[in-house]
Amino acid sequence: MSERVPATQAAPAASARVQRRRRGLLRTYLTPKHAIPRAMVVTLGIGSFVVILALWTWASATIHDPQHLFAPSPRRVFNAWVDMIQHRNFLSDVGWSTFRIVAGFLIAAVMAVPLGLLMGSFEIVRSFFQPPVSFIRYMPASAFIPLLILLIGLDENEKLIIIWIGVFFQLVLMVMHIAQRVPDEMLNVAYTLGASRWKVFYKVFLPATFPEVVDALRITIGWAWTYLIVAEIVAAERGIGSFILISERFLRSDRIIAAIVTIGILGLITDTIFGLIHRWAFPYVEKVHR
Amino acid sequence: MSEIRFVEVAMRFPTRRGEVRALQQISLTVPDGQFACIVGPSGCGKSTLLSIAAGLVVPTEGEVLVDGMPAYSPGADRGMVFQSYSLYPWLSVRRNIEFGLEIKRTPKAERTRQSSELIHLMKLDGFAEAYPKALSGGMKQRVAIARALANDPEVLLMDEPFGALDALTRQIMQEMLTDLWQRYRKTVLFVTHDIDEAIFLGDVIYIMTNRPGRMRTTLNVDLPRPRNFEMVTSPRFAELRSQVVGIIHEESMKAVESELARA
Repeated sequence: MSERVPATQAAPAASARVQRRRRGLLRTYLTPKHAIPRAMVVTLGIGSFVVILALWTWASATIHDPQHLFAPSPRRVFNAWVDMIQHRNFLSDVGWSTFRIVAGFLIAAVMAVPLGLLMGSFEIVRSFFQPPVSFIRYMPASAFIPLLILLIGLDENEKLIIIWIGVFFQLVLMVMHIAQRVPDEMLNVAYTLGASRWKVFYKVFLPATFPEVVDALRITIGWAWTYLIVAEIVAAERGIGSFILISERFLRSDRIIAAIVTIGILGLITDTIFGLIHRWAFPYVEKVHR
Repeated sequence: MSEIRFVEVAMRFPTRRGEVRALQQISLTVPDGQFACIVGPSGCGKSTLLSIAAGLVVPTEGEVLVDGMPAYSPGADRGMVFQSYSLYPWLSVRRNIEFGLEIKRTPKAERTRQSSELIHLMKLDGFAEAYPKALSGGMKQRVAIARALANDPEVLLMDEPFGALDALTRQIMQEMLTDLWQRYRKTVLFVTHDIDEAIFLGDVIYIMTNRPGRMRTTLNVDLPRPRNFEMVTSPRFAELRSQVVGIIHEESMKAVESELARA
């Protein structure tokens, strides 16, 4: 086991070099499912962004676009982004979108997690709810936008309900499957230790599902962004989506790209927050993959 | 007094191709303080029998009596240890062991005293606050056994507890278990398909037949106690072993023939 090698005996740089010399370049880097030196992982990760930026710069320089309308360079986009924040009140749009995501997602999660857990543990609940949930899940949330505008108009509720539709039905089924995967023996042991059905439920069954439920939340909040931006592009006065739509009318592709990249950054921040929550709340979870 | 008695227990499962008879007419009594092993080929229903004893599965016919009282549902009087350890990964070793005591609302000081004693006895010193993920297979199973013992059950039910361990660890665990039994004298019902394990641990061995599971033979193990690992090489051990192997071989051949006949 590599963990048992004292750190002093295996300085990372030396071990990587030694490993390469002993095993050869091909074997070190191209053995399926085999770890490569840590320094290489970091280099490749940063390198991919460098390659993307280089290709982008090259493409915008090559495409004939004298007024920089359709193929702005990375530099132009960055300048537009700074301008948006300083003079276009872009942060207020970011704030509105973030508020809608958090509110819509919280409402969906608060409803979906308990229902999913109940569906996963009680066949009587599952038999009733699973057929409609599985059916509605295949209806795209964005298809509901026109209907909701007719029914309730253009206010905040419309955006929250779109997010809710997009998240709730998916999340319910994910949580249900998590609950169903709790091993029977874990519950049976508790029964033979004298636990009542209620105690088995909240002392064994619930805690057994928590880490995976947080994983499911982490995945579904990403989808919420897609539905929100669509809703905002269709009809909204504020928010990143409406900012994108207005930019389109003024032929400002640099601003559109800057706004899209901003959503990516917000997604990364959310993901990091969920990752930290997971590490803080569930230190006992075995890491299957790094 | 805590004996466990099976009275005419039978188990049938309905399937699409008709009824499967898993267990048939099982009657046996494990008296107080006896270590009873059930050996049989895989699929003979020995694990089902144990689940019925635990009250986790309701038999089609017959009943299980603990000290003469019918046991229809699981209870703290019948502790169970599974092959898969089934520890609670979110609890430390200590809190896993104290789980049953917490359910019983044992005061904290008493809980700590008992878990500390078991942690020492099971050679888990230094791991009290560790999570199960940090433990080896053998250590996990020691925690599972400690968790069952902490509850002070009348009967200990063990379903191939060492089946997932490597041969060397298994041997050490068998020695630990026989020492534990010597100390606590619990009534134990131990299911295994490892013949050496059954002889080494048991006072009596029940050999089961293939589907439908039936009790074929009862064999008394007259090796002296307390037992240690030198006995595995004794002539008497070898004699018992060849007896059990002979019976099981005969049964397995019958099973293969009946499968061929059906095909």
